[in-house]
Amino acid sequence: MKFGKIAAFLAAAALCFGATGASAADSGNQPVKIGVYLPLTGQNAFGGQLELDGIKLAHKEMPTVLDRPVELVVVDNKSDKVEAANAVKRLIERDKVSAFIGTYGSALAMAGAEVAEKAKVPGIGTSCTNPLVTQGKEFYFRGCFIDPYQADAIATYVIDNLGMKKAAVLMDMTNDYAVGLSKYFTDAFTKRGGEVVANLKYSSGDQDFTAQLTELKNKDPEIVFMPAYFAEGAIIMRQAKELGAKFRLMGADAMDNPDTLTLGGDAAEGFLHSTFPYDQNMANLSEEAKRFTEAWKAAFPDKDPNANALLGYNCYLVILNAIQRAGSDDPQAIAKALAETMDLPTALGKLTINKTHDAEMPVGIIEYKDGKRVYVGEVTPS
Amino acid sequence: MGFEMFLQHCFNALTLGSLYALIAIGYTMVYGILRLINFAHGDILMVGAYFIFFGTFAFGWPWGVAAILSILAAGLLGVLIDRVAYRPLRDAPRISALISAIAMSFFIESVAVVVFTGQPRPVQQPAWLTNAWQFGDLRVTHLAAFVPGITIILVCLLLYIVYRTKPGLAMRAISKDIETTRLLGVKVDNIIALTFGLGSALAAAAGIMWALRYPQVHPYMGVMPGLKAFIAAVFGGIGSIEGAVLGGLVIGFVEIMAVAFMPELSSYRDAFAFLILVLVLLVKPTGLLGEKIEEKI
Repeated sequence: MKFGKIAAFLAAAALCFGATGASAADSGNQPVKIGVYLPLTGQNAFGGQLELDGIKLAHKEMPTVLDRPVELVVVDNKSDKVEAANAVKRLIERDKVSAFIGTYGSALAMAGAEVAEKAKVPGIGTSCTNPLVTQGKEFYFRGCFIDPYQADAIATYVIDNLGMKKAAVLMDMTNDYAVGLSKYFTDAFTKRGGEVVANLKYSSGDQDFTAQLTELKNKDPEIVFMPAYFAEGAIIMRQAKELGAKFRLMGADAMDNPDTLTLGGDAAEGFLHSTFPYDQNMANLSEEAKRFTEAWKAAFPDKDPNANALLGYNCYLVILNAIQRAGSDDPQAIAKALAETMDLPTALGKLTINKTHDAEMPVGIIEYKDGKRVYVGEVTPS
Repeated sequence: MGFEMFLQHCFNALTLGSLYALIAIGYTMVYGILRLINFAHGDILMVGAYFIFFGTFAFGWPWGVAAILSILAAGLLGVLIDRVAYRPLRDAPRISALISAIAMSFFIESVAVVVFTGQPRPVQQPAWLTNAWQFGDLRVTHLAAFVPGITIILVCLLLYIVYRTKPGLAMRAISKDIETTRLLGVKVDNIIALTFGLGSALAAAAGIMWALRYPQVHPYMGVMPGLKAFIAAVFGGIGSIEGAVLGGLVIGFVEIMAVAFMPELSSYRDAFAFLILVLVLLVKPTGLLGEKIEEKI
């Protein structure tokens, strides 16, 4: 606990010294309001909860900005697109937040981004990786990489490292994230000399995948790419095993969850997925990543830190830094400062917001081996 | 498509269809007697699945014990729901009871989110169910065969109760004319409570089976199966137990075979199921095995 407090103090101090002085002290002790909209219930609740924990941890470490306390206003978007739009509307209109963080899930982020854009209040997405989320948006940003890049990294890994050239795709066609990622994977995989032999679909909420998996068995690919969320991903793994499928399964960042292993059980053996370049057991853990890991373990001794938690943590860091540089809690000034974020030291490396409002970073690969989750390494597609 | 693969699809469809059938029977029973569509049915399925999760996982009871207790508890819950949400509305217009049913469904879901949290939890499948028989490329897990078996047993049991016992006779009488039945000295409220108890117990049995087959529980797990089973019940002729079984099997087969024969259209499998429903209802508005109901004036 002591370590956490010292670290928090140092971090807060560092932020204060980096500031432009005490110019904002005149607004008294009015809190700076930062909204958070995440899926805390429904299909994406696990990811949302982890990111919220990360944000709260960062808030505990850095509770003030411009000498004013920061107040977090948390709203549940219930893993639902309509609720997501309503949540952002509520944050902006009722709670009058200066900026907001969220969300997990590209489909949800797109719904929220539209509202934010109209109201001219900046938001930063935690782990929404579909490029459309920030496309043409002046007020929406994200703290993670985008899917064409992630898909290219997956294709590279499958062809170069696994030596497989015959793939298939199984996707949720009602989910923007899955549809986008499947398309980018197919493009990248074909471009790199592989062949995609089948593209099968299902709808959100489906729990029976036996028909699709039987069909996939028939097509006999070496690997099946399934950009699913971990809960349904785990069901797919189990059903594939029950049907005696011989192909391997690979997912993307939405499979990154401590419970992928719990839910998948022995069917998770050999499963692969891409993720953000952080794992507490990775070989080249940076100073910032080490500090985050320690702070997390002090705050949540019975939960392992994961990349989503870190993305939540990071987004808070990025927003606070932008408010600091903007010198005010005016939404438009914060948006301008966010766009200029450059080389901010974080646990995911030096973070820069690029022209399309994305953060660039390499793609990590996870494999489940002998009942354990192993961080294999990073892929940077050329 | 090879023959083995076709058989594989058939087995998949049989398992899924049996699950739908089992859920559909509960809908159809309550409807047959009260002319009430119990929208909370899918949510009772979810509660039943949670009971088995807690029974086996948290308390470490053996599967059989946990399953029986879970079914009994869900049956009691059904009786309670009837007492609280439907009985006071027995003489109100039918639409009021329907709205009450929808409210009950949301209420149970919301309580489940608060009590169990929205996080999905893994259900442990006993090893004897996940083992499989392998014939060449055809692979059938014991569970896939177990589910239709249980459905057959439960349907037979239910048919026996409805057609061969005194309370069953009363149920059928109520479904024809509730007022006359009451005048004849039948304790109508008790019989209706029993109907809800039986229907809910069936939902819980289906929930347990569902949780074994798709080994996760979460508060909204009952919504989609409930909806599909409702369609199955309407499809087979709502009010008819045999129709519900038939409807469930048909929906299961259509869903699986749509993907099997038209893999490139796999995303439209629900559309196929609904399309067939519309066509059947256009030709036969009372469903496949539904009886014609004369409007009472």
